[in-house]
Amino acid sequence: MAKLNMVQALNLAMKQEMQQDGDVLVMGEDVGRDGGVFRVTDGLLDEFGEMRVIDTPLAESGIIGTAIGMAMAGLKPVAEMQFSGFSYIAFPQLEANASRMRARSMGTWTVPMVLRMPYGGGVRALEHHSESREATFAHVPGCKVVIPSGPRNARALLVASIRDPDPVVFMEPKHSYRAFREEVPEEPEVMELGKAEVVQPGDDLTVVTWGAMMRPTLKAVEAVGQERGASIELIDLLTISPMDTETIVTSVKKTGRCVVVQEAPRTLGMSSEIVARINDHALLYLEAPVERVTHYDVVMPYFGRELLYMPDEGQVTEAINRTLDF
Amino acid sequence: MPQKQINSYSVTYTQILDEEGKVDRDLEPQLEPEQLLSMYRYMSLAREVDQRMLKMQRQGRMGTFPPNTGQEAIVCATALAMGERDWMAGSYRELGARLIRGDTIENHMLYYGGFEEGNTAPAEARILPTYVVLASQLPNAVGAAYAMQYKGEEGTAVVAFIGDGATSQGDFHEALNFAGVWNSPVVFVCQNNQWAISHPRAKQTKSETIAQKAFAYGFEGVQVDGNDPLAVYRAVDAALDRAKGGGGPTLVEAVTYRLMMHTTADDPKKYRSEEEEKKWWARDPLIRTRKYLQDKDLWDDDREAAQQEELKAEVLAAVKRYEEIAASKPKADIAFDNLFGTEVPEVEAQRAAFLANLAREEG
Repeated sequence: MAKLNMVQALNLAMKQEMQQDGDVLVMGEDVGRDGGVFRVTDGLLDEFGEMRVIDTPLAESGIIGTAIGMAMAGLKPVAEMQFSGFSYIAFPQLEANASRMRARSMGTWTVPMVLRMPYGGGVRALEHHSESREATFAHVPGCKVVIPSGPRNARALLVASIRDPDPVVFMEPKHSYRAFREEVPEEPEVMELGKAEVVQPGDDLTVVTWGAMMRPTLKAVEAVGQERGASIELIDLLTISPMDTETIVTSVKKTGRCVVVQEAPRTLGMSSEIVARINDHALLYLEAPVERVTHYDVVMPYFGRELLYMPDEGQVTEAINRTLDF
Repeated sequence: MPQKQINSYSVTYTQILDEEGKVDRDLEPQLEPEQLLSMYRYMSLAREVDQRMLKMQRQGRMGTFPPNTGQEAIVCATALAMGERDWMAGSYRELGARLIRGDTIENHMLYYGGFEEGNTAPAEARILPTYVVLASQLPNAVGAAYAMQYKGEEGTAVVAFIGDGATSQGDFHEALNFAGVWNSPVVFVCQNNQWAISHPRAKQTKSETIAQKAFAYGFEGVQVDGNDPLAVYRAVDAALDRAKGGGGPTLVEAVTYRLMMHTTADDPKKYRSEEEEKKWWARDPLIRTRKYLQDKDLWDDDREAAQQEELKAEVLAAVKRYEEIAASKPKADIAFDNLFGTEVPEVEAQRAAFLANLAREEG
């Protein structure tokens, strides 16, 4: 087993899937010779050649649109958006074609493709490079939205996404790309889409989060655990849509208290949906209101101020303590 | 400072069969009588479907739909030029081509009658489903062409239709650009019918022709008389040959006219003159094709009358099948069936709620 960072783990996933399935190919801006601006596709061009590692023209709708056609014609494209901030210009292809092709043709046509995109703040990037818009994609019926939190689950979830029969928007927390390493087995590992993971079991309070928020949240959970001996259950959502309601509801029924942490803006974020589902299924088990720790409903500021706006360990600790004390 | 001419580009316009039925013998494609008769039959069939559906729509038996009257020559001649393994991608005014490629009249009616069952032409027939978001079919078509290149399929190409209005869309330009860069085996056929609902061609683009846009993407564009099936056939046939021989894409602009409304929801009187329409009715591709067949001794008034009867019966039989399916209350929960290819608990929970609600309302 090798210790890999998330970039290397994602690279391994694509490489192994391309080795074992000749229909898998990779495409996007600078993914070939340059290996991607974050080097996630590094080395793939040399191993698989230009037909399978396509440096495309600089046009996101063209990238998604041609990937959809490839998928309809039997291939399994993994298309990269250089940054999630550039993907909105291709949104019509995702909404009008990729996500609804199966439904509108009653299964005659399907679109098994993956749309990878780095998202999120905290890396001192230029404007348009730091947003978290997972809820925007999750609102589109027919596409799945996946966000890994570490190298090992990133690899296993990307493999699952490539093998999935439907379009998957695979959002990569770029703040976590090289932040830490984990043991990643050489043998292909697959995690089921649509399943959240209980990272740490506990009885007093449930914390739900995903992506890059996992790191500050973990620290907060450890700190509160040590400080006051609270037993906290931590859930990593992993698949944003379709959401694993059962794991969340089962946990909240047990603990009676819940905090949701998201990097995205507050209104209509996935945390709103999580609170709504707790309301649907576990309201009478609650000992305290469900707290949300989120970004604000503002345009992401330039990186000189971005950390002031992003949820951090301190805010999560506060929210956990408030909810425990309620 | 050096100054030199890099290149120059020109667009040719081709008409082979004119309004009077006169033929340019040098350019006339050599088609078998059966091919010509079959093409004319489908052109007439598509017209008959329009007529029938228009009546049904006015009677409340059909949803809003876009008639294809006046544009039958483009799509039928294109389909005639296509090979069995070629792909077709269109938007929504290609009825004759869809029928020739193996789709059915009742599917067409089901689609515009509000049922997904109508958008299920078999994938093996390689007809991509109807696209309502204009120009969005073109990048998909180029992707399908890439898949063919990738799989090393020889002797096949993709025909992708688009209207004049949609050439203003970004996806038109992105698709043509990708096709140029990838040297894709694609033939783009633009049905320039002069009107995007109420917006005339002249206000859609300042370009003198739509064909010339191809040159910006590194391949050839040609213009043909879209009401002349021989000119369309010749241009598309040559473009398909080029695509299949590794010569890359072509844009064929077929100049035609939408003789009826955009869809049954608008009234052309509001935005264009009856004189203009009258002028184009005189150029009706059906009249011209009939003259051509008569001159070849393949057609006469008796055969025309007999075929009209036959087509009427064929369309009425399709209406019957469509109305039977529509009246049979097709499976209600298909939106849940076809959302994902995997089982998703939340989808199943919502399906159960939907069915319970339905049972309550029906009970």
